[in-house]
Amino acid sequence: MAITSIKNLKEFSTNNDRFEGAHTLCPGCAHSMIVRELMNCTDDNLVISANTGCLEVSTAVYPFTSWDTSWIHIGFENAATSVTAAQVMHSVRKKKGTLKDNDAPVKFVAFGGDGSTFDIGFQWLSGAMERGHDFTYICLDNENYANTGGQRSSATPIGATTSTAQAGTHSYGKKEKKKDIVAIMAAHGAPYVAQLAPNKWKSMAKGFQKALETEGPCFINTVSPCCTEWKFDPKDTIGITDLATDSLMFPIYEIIDGHELNILYRPKNLLKVEDYLGAQGRYKHLFKPENKHVIEKIQSDIDKNWEMLQRREEARI
Amino acid sequence: MAVKYDLNEREVWDGNFAASQALRQAQVDVVVAYPITPSTPIVENYGSYVANGYIDGEFVMVESEHAAMSGCIGASAAGGRVSTATSSQGFALMAEVLYQASGMRLPIVLNVVNRALASPLNVRGDHADMYLGRDSGWIQMGAFNAQEAYDLALCAFKIAENHDVRLPVMVHQDGFITSHTAQNVYPMTDEAAINFVGEIDPVDDMLDFSRPVTYGAQTEEDWHFEHKAKQHKALMDSRPIIDEVYEEFAKLTGRKYNRVESYNMEDAEVVIVGLGTTVETARVAAEQLREEEGIKAGVVAIRCFRPFPFEDVRDALEGAKAVAVTDRSSPGGAMGAFFNEVSAALYTTESRPLVTNFIYGLGGRDFSIDEAKRIFKEQKAHADAGHITTDIQQFSGLRGPHLGYFQTKRG
Repeated sequence: MAITSIKNLKEFSTNNDRFEGAHTLCPGCAHSMIVRELMNCTDDNLVISANTGCLEVSTAVYPFTSWDTSWIHIGFENAATSVTAAQVMHSVRKKKGTLKDNDAPVKFVAFGGDGSTFDIGFQWLSGAMERGHDFTYICLDNENYANTGGQRSSATPIGATTSTAQAGTHSYGKKEKKKDIVAIMAAHGAPYVAQLAPNKWKSMAKGFQKALETEGPCFINTVSPCCTEWKFDPKDTIGITDLATDSLMFPIYEIIDGHELNILYRPKNLLKVEDYLGAQGRYKHLFKPENKHVIEKIQSDIDKNWEMLQRREEARI
Repeated sequence: MAVKYDLNEREVWDGNFAASQALRQAQVDVVVAYPITPSTPIVENYGSYVANGYIDGEFVMVESEHAAMSGCIGASAAGGRVSTATSSQGFALMAEVLYQASGMRLPIVLNVVNRALASPLNVRGDHADMYLGRDSGWIQMGAFNAQEAYDLALCAFKIAENHDVRLPVMVHQDGFITSHTAQNVYPMTDEAAINFVGEIDPVDDMLDFSRPVTYGAQTEEDWHFEHKAKQHKALMDSRPIIDEVYEEFAKLTGRKYNRVESYNMEDAEVVIVGLGTTVETARVAAEQLREEEGIKAGVVAIRCFRPFPFEDVRDALEGAKAVAVTDRSSPGGAMGAFFNEVSAALYTTESRPLVTNFIYGLGGRDFSIDEAKRIFKEQKAHADAGHITTDIQQFSGLRGPHLGYFQTKRG
């Protein structure tokens, strides 16, 4: 694979401009940063699919497109299926010699939000991972159905308020814990699975490159802070992401071949989760005295998860 | 290079095997599928052709029919020849993506082995799944026996991939009655078949990196209407191209298809309109009634359900006196869809034959020659009286008391 140099952010950010800035994502949305990093980290041709969601509705509104590469969107649930079937067709046509350019290097990538990845498209993703196609699936995890106005998803953390899991006089918001999608994908035996964040741009770019270089189905969950539904100032996107990674709400790690876990980022100054929660409107109600136990629960879950990740890393199994 | 498959001039194949041989001869690049009775053998056979080197393609077994059609869309957008098969609930699960396939103008060929829709669960043949697809923007053609399932599948690729058509095509056959009944089939040679179908020349190939394409964009009130209108126009404009492909096929095989088939219609006064295996039954009944009772009975069969052959149906039927339109699908609180469409065509004629509607054969209930004869005789009674003498809609072959609706205001 033609790897792009990732020494310098300024140079990296202007490489391979295949994703147009003229899209209609919200100002401050992290989606475009993540997509741009993926597209800049390789010089290979790309066939990209997207599930229905914020990214899709904001980048391909006829007669415009933000994608200077092959791109397909079918429905809410099937980006993993469409891009892997395209990959199968590529292998058949390469064998038969019917491609326009038989030697052109190409990578197949699917994007989905957490709604399509964790929920409505979960079966299609699982099927594609099980079949072992050579592709990379990237989840843009903003922890809610942002495109339809902020409903709960199974990626929404406990305690967050959403329009369908509301905080109120008798409720502290969502009652259920976030689904551990990274563990589920690793359990498929995928050769490369990771959780990455756009504030750690270099580790994210390296993770993307690793996924693209690895033969077989790779999965990456990326945290994509949503200023609109998380309720923070659009200029603070990367700052919020810093709080997410430094409080370990979003630990950055990879799992190779379903078992070899490597932590990719260890915060020097570990923050309490209050710092992360307090910076967002969606958690505001948790700071009322009656909801204090929810913050304690979130902190305790983070601590246990970090302990588990470290022990798995040490064990090398 | 694919291993040579030995064929006899005459084979004994069922409808499923016949369709799968068409897929092999058309050298389909990718089949993405999920099995469902009674269509399963079509994709199983394709898989065995891949496994034994009879075809240089790939068989992708996915986790649902929705994924199967989603995969067909991705593979087709990637520029190769694509096909799959399904039935019934599988067809229903595909419904969302059927509309996406036609909206993206992808030349996918779907073999539909018709089966009833639950509930109650039923694996036998009726046309409920076919009717579910009727507004999906696909070309829909009906095979009435195994030979036709083979012939029409070959024609389907040539029609779908024509640059003036660029629409997906369904080839329907009746579950079990056609799909699982072994009959004589005369295949083309592999060379003749691929020469007829030709190589695919993809439009908007996702794997042509010199010209990036965006598939599946969004349009709202500013452009959606224009896109759907263009799609409708493409369907309407496909009619002469379908005719040309049928003509070319006839030159090679002697087997001539028409979007509307007419049998004994030169002087027919009473007619059954239908499709599927019903047509052969009705044809036998018509012959017998002509011989036994001198009733001038004829049969009109809809070969091409979509685009609906409005003018051809009208031309075929306007000389008739009484017409029974048969719908093998539960009408769900209305007249049968087929009845409505045929009636609309006949309303624009001077003669306006008497038209009645028969709901029959649901869930694989047998449609017999005697039943067809009874329907013809009822039409004769209408014709003699000069008006409809029964309910306009009747359930035929139903157990228990008569079920019928609506009376005529004419006569």
